[in-house]
Amino acid sequence: MASITTNTPPPPAAPAPALRRKSTGRAGDKVFLGLSRGSGILLLVLMASIAIFLSVRAGMAISKDEGNFLTTFDWDPAAQKPVFGIAVLLFGTVVSSIIAMVIAVPIAVGIALFISHYAPRKLAAPLAYVVDLLAAVPSIIYGIWGALVLVPYLEGLNSWLDEYLGWTYVFEKTEVGVARSLFTVGILLAIMILPIVTSVSREVFLQVPRMNEEAALALGATRWEVIRMSVLPFGRSGIISASMLGLGRALGETMAVATVLSPSYLISLHLLNPGGGTFAQNIAAKFDEANQLGRDALIASGLVLFVLTLLVNGAARLIIARRKEYSGANA
Amino acid sequence: MSNAVVQDTRPPASAPRKGSLSRRGLPRWAGAAFGAAGIALGCGIGLVFGLDSKVQWGLISAILFVLISYVATSVVENKRQAKDRVATSLVWVCFILALVPLVSLLWTTIKRGSKALSGDFLSHSMNGVTGFEPGGGVYHALIGTLEQVGIATVISAPLGLLTAVYLVEYGKGALAKAVTFFVDVMTGIPSIVAGLFILTLMLMFELKPSGFMGSLALSILMMPVVVRSTEEMLKLVPNELREASLALGVPKWRTILKVVLPTAIGGITTGVMLAIARIAGETAPIMLLVFGSQLINTNPFDGAQSSLPFYIWEQYRVGSDASYDRGWAAALVLIAFVMILNLVARGIARWKAPKTGR
Amino acid sequence: MAKRIDVSGLTAYYSSHKAIEDISMTVEPRSVTAFIGPSGCGKSTFLRTLNRMHEVTPGGRVEGKVLLDDENLYGKDVDPVAVRRTVGMVFQRPNPFPTMSIFDNVAAGLRLNGSYKKNQLADVVEKSLKGANLWNEVKDRLNKPGSGLSGGQQQRLCIARAIAVEPDVLLMDEPCSALDPISTLAIEDLIGELKERFTIVIVTHNMQQAARVSDRTAFFNLAAVGQPGRLIEIDETERIFSNPSVQATEDYISGRFG
Repeated sequence: MASITTNTPPPPAAPAPALRRKSTGRAGDKVFLGLSRGSGILLLVLMASIAIFLSVRAGMAISKDEGNFLTTFDWDPAAQKPVFGIAVLLFGTVVSSIIAMVIAVPIAVGIALFISHYAPRKLAAPLAYVVDLLAAVPSIIYGIWGALVLVPYLEGLNSWLDEYLGWTYVFEKTEVGVARSLFTVGILLAIMILPIVTSVSREVFLQVPRMNEEAALALGATRWEVIRMSVLPFGRSGIISASMLGLGRALGETMAVATVLSPSYLISLHLLNPGGGTFAQNIAAKFDEANQLGRDALIASGLVLFVLTLLVNGAARLIIARRKEYSGANA
Repeated sequence: MSNAVVQDTRPPASAPRKGSLSRRGLPRWAGAAFGAAGIALGCGIGLVFGLDSKVQWGLISAILFVLISYVATSVVENKRQAKDRVATSLVWVCFILALVPLVSLLWTTIKRGSKALSGDFLSHSMNGVTGFEPGGGVYHALIGTLEQVGIATVISAPLGLLTAVYLVEYGKGALAKAVTFFVDVMTGIPSIVAGLFILTLMLMFELKPSGFMGSLALSILMMPVVVRSTEEMLKLVPNELREASLALGVPKWRTILKVVLPTAIGGITTGVMLAIARIAGETAPIMLLVFGSQLINTNPFDGAQSSLPFYIWEQYRVGSDASYDRGWAAALVLIAFVMILNLVARGIARWKAPKTGR
Repeated sequence: MAKRIDVSGLTAYYSSHKAIEDISMTVEPRSVTAFIGPSGCGKSTFLRTLNRMHEVTPGGRVEGKVLLDDENLYGKDVDPVAVRRTVGMVFQRPNPFPTMSIFDNVAAGLRLNGSYKKNQLADVVEKSLKGANLWNEVKDRLNKPGSGLSGGQQQRLCIARAIAVEPDVLLMDEPCSALDPISTLAIEDLIGELKERFTIVIVTHNMQQAARVSDRTAFFNLAAVGQPGRLIEIDETERIFSNPSVQATEDYISGRFG
C-alpha cells in the first residue's frame, strides 16, 4: 500500500485470522486508487489530445493556405485563393502584452509592497481581499468598460503623448480616429492582470522570513533599505513568475481585446494608431463569418497561441519550482 | 584584536553623526501634506493649461507628489531618508493609480447597470425584442449560464477532486510529477483555446452547437483550478490524523473518505466555488460552441443557448443605447453573481478552516 | 565607544498584553551582562527594547526610559534607524542575507551609509571578519554566498556584520541556541574578546554559558503565565551563582523550576 508519510506506523497486529482474511479494504483500496489515478491520467490524455486535435486541424488548414502562414498580412480564407497568415496577430499579441507588462508589473509590485509592508495593518487585510475579488471580475466586463469608458478617457493622454513624445516614432499618431489602438489594449490588459500579479507577489513578499528583515533593521536600515536588502532579493523570482502568469493571461485574453480594438491587418509601430489584431481577438471577430476552411484556419492560429502560452506558463512554473528548492535550502 | 586597531575601522562618514541619535525630522503628517500639495498643483496645472483629460491631471499630480517628497526630505533630512520617502510615495502612488480604474469599473457597472435592471429584466428573454428597442431581459441567458456552469461543475469537480487525492495521497514517481506539471500548465490555457479544442471535436464528429459543448470547454478550464485548490487543502490536513486512522486498522481508502476529505471539505468547497466564479464569466468558449440565442432554451443538450457573459457581448455589439443599458445591467448581474460566490466561498473557508496552527 | 546603558521604569506591551513591567537596571560598558530566566519571562523582549526592535513587531510599544550615555533612546526626535546603527544585534538563528556574498554581508551595514572608499571597505570587512574569528575560514571564498557556511560560521558572520558598523553596544539574543557545542565554544571565546571593545548584553537559556561568559547576570521571572515578566535581581555573576540575594534566583539556578 502506497503511503505518503514516511513514518506511518504499521497497523497494529490484529488477531491472526483477521490478518489472513481477504478484507474488503484491499478491494476498496484498489478501486479508489484506480479511480484517482485514472482521473490524473485522463488529465494528461486531455492535454495531449488538445495538442493533437488542434495540430491535425491546423495542418489541414495550412496545407490549403495559398499565402504563407507565418508572413502573410491578410486573413481571407473564404477567398477563391484562400490566404491567411499570423504575422499581424503575432505582432499585435506580443506588443500589447509587452505594453501590459511594462505598465502592470512595476505597479503591481508597488501595490504588493503597499499591502505587505506599507499599509496600516487594519487596512492591509481588507485590501488584499479586495484585490483577490477584483481578480474575479469577468473579462467581458473589463471589455465593455474599456470600450465605453476607458477609450474616451484616453483621448487626452494620447494627443499629449503624440505632442510631446511623438518624436519617438512609437508615440506618433499618424491616423485620426478614436483610441482603439494596441496601446489602449495594452493599458486595459495591464489593468486586468494587475490583481493576479499583485496577489502572487504579495504572497511572496509575506513569505520573506522575519529574520531576514530583522537583520537589515538591526543594521540601521530604513524601511526602503530593508525592502531593497531583504524583501526584493528574496522575492525576485516570485515577481518574475507572477509576471509570467500575468503575461500568460494577457496573451490569451479574448473579450477585452475584441471589444476595444478596431482591427486591421497591418503591422505598425505607431502604437497609438487604431488597428492591429491579436490571436484571440481575431478568432472572436472572424468566427461568425468563417466557413469550414475559415474555422480550421482560426484553429491553426489558436494552436500558435496555445504553444505561446504553454511556453510562458511552463517557464513560470519552472522558475517557481526552482525558487522552492532555493528557499528550502535556506530555511 | 587590540582596541587601537579597531578604532581606525570606524568609517569617517559616520563620525559627525555619532553621539547624537536624534535628527532634524519632518513631522508625521508630512507625507499627507506632500500628497495634498501634489494634487493641488496637479489640478492647478491642469486647469491653467486647459488639459481636458483627468488622466493627465492625475499623472501630473503623481509626479509632483514624488518630486516634492524627495526635494523636501533631502533638504530637511538627508539623502537616505529622502530615498526612503520617495519609495513610500511611489508605493502610495502605485496603489492609488491602480485603484482609480478598478473603482471606476465597479462604479460604472453599478451606476449604468442599475438603470435597466428590474424584475422584468430578470424574468424575460429577448424573444421578439430587436436590439435597438428597450425592454427584454436576461432570463434565457441566466438559465444558460446556470445550466452550462452546473454541468461543467458536475464533470470537473469529481475529476479534479480525485486527481488531487491521487497527487496528495498516492502520488509518487513520474506520473504524479507529470500530472502536477500539466495541471499547472493547464491553468494557463486561454479560454478561447479550450473552446477551439471542443470545436475540433465538433467538426470531426459533426456535432451541433449546444450548451453541453460549452460546458465541456468550461470543464477544461475548471478542472485544473479545482485540482490545485483541493491539493492545497489536502496538504493542510495534518498527517497525525491519517496515521491515527491507519493505526486503528482502517483501510486507506476509508481513511481518505472518512477522515481526510471531511477535514478538508470546507477548503475544497471554497476552491470549487471560486472555480465556478471564474468560469461563469467566460465568454469566448460560449461564443464558439453555444452560439447564442434570443430564446429560452432549457435543454442544454440540444440547440443553441445563451449565457450571461455572451449576452453582454451580444448587446455590446448591437451598439444602441438600449442595448448598452441591457449590457451593463447584465454585467451587474454577472458581477453580483461572481462576487457573491466569492464572498460565500471565502466565508466558508474562514468558517471551516482546518485548525493547523497556520 | 562602548557606552553605559541606564534603563528606568521600562514597560513593554504587545498590543494590550503587558510583556515586561517596570524594569530598571544599569549595564556597564566593556563588560558582558547576561539575562537569564524561564521561558516567557520577557528577557528577549527586554533585549529588543534596547535597540528599539521591539516596536517593529506589530502591536509592540514601550513606556519608560533607556539612556545610552545620557541620551534617551525613546526621546522625542530620536531616529530609531540611528539607534539600531549604534546598538547592534545578533539573533537567535543566524540570518545572513541569503542572496549576498560573505563580503557583501559584512559590508552591508557600511554600504547603507553610503560614504566609504573602495579599499577602505575591504579593510573593514577583513578586520570585522578577523574580529569575529572567521577570517581564516572564509578569506578564500569571500564572494561565495553566506548561506553556504555552517551554522556556527554563519553566526560568526552575523557577528562580523554587526561589528563592522562599529556599534557602541552589541545585543545577542540566545546566539548559540541553534549551534552545536564546538561552534558554541567558538562564539563564547569570541564574546570574551569582543567585550574589550563593546558593551555586550546576551540573553541565554544556558546557565553554564551565563556563568562562563558574563561579568554580571540579571535574573528575570514572571509571577504566573500571562503575567508580565519582571527583573528579580542583577548582580555580579559570581554572586548570582553562588549566593544570590533572592530565593527565587537560587531556586531557578539550582534547577528547582524553569
